[in-house]
Amino acid sequence: MTLASPTFSATFSATGLSCVRGERGVFGGLSFDVSSGQVLYLTGANGSGKSSLLRVLAGLIRPADGTLTWNGTPISDTRDTHRERVRYVGHHDAVKPVLTVAENLSFWINLSVSEIEAENDPVMNALDHFGLKTLADMPARFLSAGQKRRLNLSRLIAAPAPLWLLDEPTTAVDRAGIEALDHALARHLGNGGMAIIATHDPLTADVVNLDVSDFPFAADMDTV
Amino acid sequence: MNSATALLRRELRLAFRQGGDSLLVVMFFVLVVVLFPLGVGPEPGILARIGGGVIWVAALLAAMLSMDRLFQTDYDDGSLELLVLAPAPLEVLVLAKVAAHWLTTGLPLIIVSPLLALLLNLSPSGYGVLAAALALGTPSLSLIGAIGAALTLGARRGGVLLSLLVLPLFIPALIFGVSAVDAALLDLNSRPPLLILGALLLLALALCPWAAAAAIRQATE
Repeated sequence: MTLASPTFSATFSATGLSCVRGERGVFGGLSFDVSSGQVLYLTGANGSGKSSLLRVLAGLIRPADGTLTWNGTPISDTRDTHRERVRYVGHHDAVKPVLTVAENLSFWINLSVSEIEAENDPVMNALDHFGLKTLADMPARFLSAGQKRRLNLSRLIAAPAPLWLLDEPTTAVDRAGIEALDHALARHLGNGGMAIIATHDPLTADVVNLDVSDFPFAADMDTV
Repeated sequence: MNSATALLRRELRLAFRQGGDSLLVVMFFVLVVVLFPLGVGPEPGILARIGGGVIWVAALLAAMLSMDRLFQTDYDDGSLELLVLAPAPLEVLVLAKVAAHWLTTGLPLIIVSPLLALLLNLSPSGYGVLAAALALGTPSLSLIGAIGAALTLGARRGGVLLSLLVLPLFIPALIFGVSAVDAALLDLNSRPPLLILGALLLLALALCPWAAAAAIRQATE
């Protein structure tokens, strides 16, 4: 499956989003719109709620307040289809040490995509893009931290989906790896995809920034 | 369905590559059963009478042994979040993981059970029913255990907590499993207890994946 196949055109918006973790309000009153071809960089101090926001957007956490919509339809009504739209890269790389690099990746593709176009070999293409092709048959326990992250990022291009949610994707990744991600991102946006990325150093220069610290949780806000 | 089989294949592959877990469970099962003749004395009459119960209790404990690993490793390395986010229903994925757990720990127990029955001087007329009862009972153990494993995710000393949560729920399977074996040994009809074991399995099959999936969603929040 090539990235060009489905050309996405959509808008993902959040209105008045707030999040409570444990007893603590993390952020509140947060709104944004992202459309096809756009990338939104989340910045903000440590603990300001970038990761929590991404988890809310992925559907792992239910927001305490506010709504998320995809082309105007609330996500809460269409959770199943939302999961098909999202590729989430979190802090952990979800790499099984005893499986080979290729086995790790093809498992995640089988899980996210209903059928694989065998002639395109998405596994090898994705591994090649992130410079892991020569390691395809090696057990993943021999990978370095940066290589594991590259393997995790390979999921993004091996199983395309319109919305990328990346949480500090360049952690432990070297310059060449960052460049590979940058290329993949450019192609993804060119095909009408969108991305929301929590980062301290944005990949490209002209970007939309959303500083999560600007949306403190107000104590008087009705939480539940 | 594609994703469930992909997960099942991955789980089995992981189990075979790591090998240790399955073998450990079977060894534990065998050792516990072998300890009983040493503890209660080698009188064949006593052993034959308590044999069915000993094998069942050992099977419960052995099933517990590997249970806390069911979701914990996926939870630790971030795989569980991605499973929650996969397009396939989480309940189906839970079922695939439970099936893999049973194939790698429950099935070996059934295979070695006749050997242990022999060690305990159980009458050969009970072997078939013992294996049948274990075949119907151990999948229920895996299913019920999955709820406990999901509930204790992220807890310190999750393994101990898991035993406390889950062992009481194993009691019905234990009672009817043992009574099926006893019925066979006493030349009574062992069909009713086997049917009840089957009913328990169907009940667990219908309820446990949902409960475990809800607990997993809670844990990955």
